[in-house]
Amino acid sequence: MKALVWHGKEDIRYDTVSDPSIENPRDAIIKVTSCAICGSDLHLFHNLIPAMLPGDIMGHETMGEVVEVGSAAKDSLKKGDRVVIPFTIQCGECDQCRRGNFSVCQRTNRKGGLGDKAFGHRTAGLFGYTHLTGGYPGGQAEYLRVPFADTTHIKVPDGIEDEKLLFLSDILPTGWQAAVQADIQPGDTVAVWGCGPVGQMTIRSAILLGAEQVIGIDHLPERLSMAAAAGAITINFEEESVVERLNELTGGEGPHKCIDAVGTESHVNLGQPDTLIDRAKQMLMVENDRPHVLREMIYVCRPAGVISIIGVYLGLVDKIPMGQAMNKGLTFRMAQAHVPRWTGDLLRRIEDGQIDPSFVITHKVDLSQGPEMYATFRDKADGCIKVMLQP
Amino acid sequence: MPLTNLTGIARSDGDPRVEQKGPSSMSSADRLARALGWFSIGLGITELVAPGRIARALGLDDKAGLIRAYGVRELASAIPTLSVDKPLGLAARIGGDALDLATLATGLHRDNPKRGNAAIAIALVAGITLLDILAYTGVKAVHRRDPHSGERDYSDRSGLPRGPQASRGLARGDFDIPPDYRAEGQTADAVPHLVA
Repeated sequence: MKALVWHGKEDIRYDTVSDPSIENPRDAIIKVTSCAICGSDLHLFHNLIPAMLPGDIMGHETMGEVVEVGSAAKDSLKKGDRVVIPFTIQCGECDQCRRGNFSVCQRTNRKGGLGDKAFGHRTAGLFGYTHLTGGYPGGQAEYLRVPFADTTHIKVPDGIEDEKLLFLSDILPTGWQAAVQADIQPGDTVAVWGCGPVGQMTIRSAILLGAEQVIGIDHLPERLSMAAAAGAITINFEEESVVERLNELTGGEGPHKCIDAVGTESHVNLGQPDTLIDRAKQMLMVENDRPHVLREMIYVCRPAGVISIIGVYLGLVDKIPMGQAMNKGLTFRMAQAHVPRWTGDLLRRIEDGQIDPSFVITHKVDLSQGPEMYATFRDKADGCIKVMLQP
Repeated sequence: MPLTNLTGIARSDGDPRVEQKGPSSMSSADRLARALGWFSIGLGITELVAPGRIARALGLDDKAGLIRAYGVRELASAIPTLSVDKPLGLAARIGGDALDLATLATGLHRDNPKRGNAAIAIALVAGITLLDILAYTGVKAVHRRDPHSGERDYSDRSGLPRGPQASRGLARGDFDIPPDYRAEGQTADAVPHLVA
């Protein structure tokens, strides 16, 4: 089959690889109908996440049709079922899964020893990601083996196009969780840093949850125009001070809820000198992340407010003003999305016409164009916000 | 494909393995930049380890310290050249090339018995400079953000079929923030006797 394969920093190839096969009774194989490139794939593209190996298949936003089912998954799946695959692999049985914390499932990381050493405790297996999370082959391919398939799938109905359903795999529940874990209440002012695909979903989620004022922060006009389309007030951080503008919009009080949909790769520019220092440290491998957004959120958030972190961080961050955070009494919530916790509800909202996630797709191309689309997405060229690939 | 075969030991039997490599996301300019980055590391280490030998070979015996400093410079420019910020590293390399050429030019005077070596070194550095310029212009062109990207207007993409205003709070009718995600109580609820 064909697949997009990681060969090293900035080197993704459209390779011919062997077909996956069932190796556990709980496995299933799906024929991929659609997949997408995620912002966190760019961290792998940039080789910022350790423990990737040449030959790893990329992709964790995937949907398709079941073509083969292991004996232990036959009660919940059958050939021909149309499914979206969550980016997190969950057993559904461990203590964390029973609590709904699917992204920290204790059983599905097949290289859990690495996870234990890197994170202190293992987290769930993830598709198309580092070997710290199991090194499972990803879904930017013609076929995908789904481990723990009886619990790692979202059945979706016929009659709704892939474009509306695909993002149940990641960015829609991720954006939703970002808003939910911020505990958004009617009347809140919610500031969202980053108007990439996850930020866009977060903005819509905040609107649906009743935030009175949603503010989208970015520097790319096309992304800001998409944020404004959902009713967000926009701030272009290259044209105005984020802190001053947020205080102006909140009568000097600061936003009630601040959401980081940027994560490790904050935009580097002269107007934000700390990003230059972080970038230099990142190159010298003395810091993993560029946490400019965290610093700004802590500074501007209203006392007793909530900081919700959904943008991916990788490791060690420097110069985080914990004194400000502690004295202001801020609450921090963060996680990789616990996808299945939200997907039933979100699928219903898609069917009900409350949200149509296809708005975010700017590029829909054949899987064979994947390598060049990685570069286009990274360079933010051609107005690219979200790439959907079809084998 | 020995490397992907080698990494196969980290995969299970049912995992796909690379059979044939296909087109890459890397452009020829990216590859050239990477090669120049590794060249910088090789040259930098050589200049750090053996500056005296290099200086003597060029007839610049009094410049061993300077050559060692140039080794540090080479390593410093290699880091961004091998990173995603290639243009920065390549620009630093081009500046370094100019310094190298200026230094080597001092070895061309008639009194230098090794001026032939200095002339050869100048030719080599001139060639490398050309490659650096090619790589710099190449990566700038390949990875530039289309100037019209910012003109894309997505203001018709609300993603909220009922419109932003009608959608505000729509989920509150049937969704409560789960108890484990509630982070903020209202003082009036928590301590009513204090706010009465």
